[in-house]
Amino acid sequence: MPYSLCFLLFMLGLYCAVVKKNMVKIVVGIMVMEYAVNLFLIMLGFRFGGEAPIIGRSHVDSETGQIVASFLNSSVDPLPQALVLTAIVISLGSLALMISICIRTYEKYGTFDITQIRRLKG
Amino acid sequence: MSIPLPLFIAIPLATAFLLPMFGRKGKTAATVLANLVTISLLVFAVASIGKTEVYEIGKWSIPLGINLVLDGLSSLLLLAISVVSAAAMLFSARYMEQYTAKAKYLSLFLLMVAGMNGVVLSGDIFNLFVFLEIASLASYALVGFGCEHEELEASFKYMVLGSIGSIFVLFAVALVYGNTGTLNMAYISEAIQYSGLNAGLDFALALFTVGFGLKAALVPFHAWLPDAHPSAPAPISAMLSGILIKTLGIYALARVVFNVFGVSISIGWLLIVLGLLSMVAGAFLAIGQWDLKRLMAYSSISQIGYVVLGIGLGATLIARGANLAWASLAILGGLFHLVNHAVYKSLLFLTSGSVEMSTGTRQMKQMGGLAEKLPITRTTCTVASASIVGIPPFSGFWSKLILVIAAVQAQFYWIAAIIVFVSLCTLIMYLKVQRYVFLGELPENLQQVKENKGSMLVAMVFLACLCVLMGLLVLVPDLKQAILEPAVKVLTDGLKYSADVKGM
Repeated sequence: MPYSLCFLLFMLGLYCAVVKKNMVKIVVGIMVMEYAVNLFLIMLGFRFGGEAPIIGRSHVDSETGQIVASFLNSSVDPLPQALVLTAIVISLGSLALMISICIRTYEKYGTFDITQIRRLKG
Repeated sequence: MSIPLPLFIAIPLATAFLLPMFGRKGKTAATVLANLVTISLLVFAVASIGKTEVYEIGKWSIPLGINLVLDGLSSLLLLAISVVSAAAMLFSARYMEQYTAKAKYLSLFLLMVAGMNGVVLSGDIFNLFVFLEIASLASYALVGFGCEHEELEASFKYMVLGSIGSIFVLFAVALVYGNTGTLNMAYISEAIQYSGLNAGLDFALALFTVGFGLKAALVPFHAWLPDAHPSAPAPISAMLSGILIKTLGIYALARVVFNVFGVSISIGWLLIVLGLLSMVAGAFLAIGQWDLKRLMAYSSISQIGYVVLGIGLGATLIARGANLAWASLAILGGLFHLVNHAVYKSLLFLTSGSVEMSTGTRQMKQMGGLAEKLPITRTTCTVASASIVGIPPFSGFWSKLILVIAAVQAQFYWIAAIIVFVSLCTLIMYLKVQRYVFLGELPENLQQVKENKGSMLVAMVFLACLCVLMGLLVLVPDLKQAILEPAVKVLTDGLKYSADVKGM
């Protein structure tokens, strides 16, 4: 269920990016898509009642020196979070570039409407 | 001498961040430094031919850490990237004088090179996505570098479609991670061999195809290319058409399809159909163009089709269990065409830049009779045109010949017929270029046109010599065995990739 809602968010973003005529709305749509994918990555690593995957002294069996089973069964996967952090930074970069191009285009054409920004054809 | 693999990424990346500090006064120094970087990368790429190597970043052993993998396919692409970028950089030393902020341009250029080298070397699928984004972001900015009406519009269009492609790739990476629990391509490939494809992985493969297809501008996804490539400054058009669409699109797609997911008949046919569509549609659209660079951009779509066709033909033949020699011939044709196209299409875009700089226009109807005024540009452009059309002994002839032989051998006679037909369309396109740009009457306002000097000519002549000599890559058995065969073998070996990487 959460996965299908996440996919719905992705499709909403894609719809917005493809259908909308306003440049800023297209950018918003792309960012919604990006966040849907980030959410998906986070959900991959989600675990009910999970704990941070940092091994403290209490997680090591004092007799055998092994990590206790309860920790192995409840610790969450840290990798998706690292991936999401990277993805957020990348999307920040592309968002900044997109918005700055929108602003420059507005200065040149005086409009955000892509149906009126059509010098290139053929 | 073995070259540490991270240098291919670290040198351009470090220089890219160093260059903006040079400011206005250090423009010459910045240009020299950037040229030194691209030339040293070329030397490194030549030195790394024939080597296979795995580098573990920070000594973290795989699958815990990220690894860089150098194999036959990677070194072929590295060589192509460094040849094109060295020539384009040399060309821009003079060409970019007409723009302000040259240091920023050089910095973005090197960032793009770093991203492409990273894509080619990465053995980790998320890392591949990160480098893909570095290269794409730099290219979005470079397309809009002129900051005029057309450039901004093209850059926005390119950026929207490119970002959607990148997000599809990221989504596919997430799905792959969810289904296999690893991001290392060798381990993903092993997990898929062990458990087979499920619905999630099939969906991921579809997303990869669309995402990389958008980057490669295959025909249903090509809308951005004819706007973006002509709008960029000429050396950047050469980089984008010559190598960027191949690294981010074709290479990544081939790597994922052949080495990670494994070939199947359906994906093979999908690639063949995409290739044929691109070839035919690109060629038809190109013939009607009157803008010199736009014509060349459409012809890039058509030529990319050849590469995808060759690779798809190979995939289908491998999946069918047909004779492996046939499959490797088809893939050889595709990859050889990739390298050839990198050289002659970048040369064509450089000559178009030279013509544009001399005449101040890109419209073919306003030109004519430039053969006497621009003798060297004319000669190099003719060499490149002869190559792209496929006139023996120039390079394009050999790769098209190999593709036709491969198609006939596999008994796809209609594919061979289409290849020959599209070659004819290409001939019409470039006859048109020759006729309207270099022959005919010289218009009044172009009487004072002068040939460009210095580094621009050196870059064009360098690439033109390569165009003539590239045929040797298949004709001399030693060269073929050193450069092309290992690349073909990586693809025909398919899923053995994971064992190879772990064994190194």
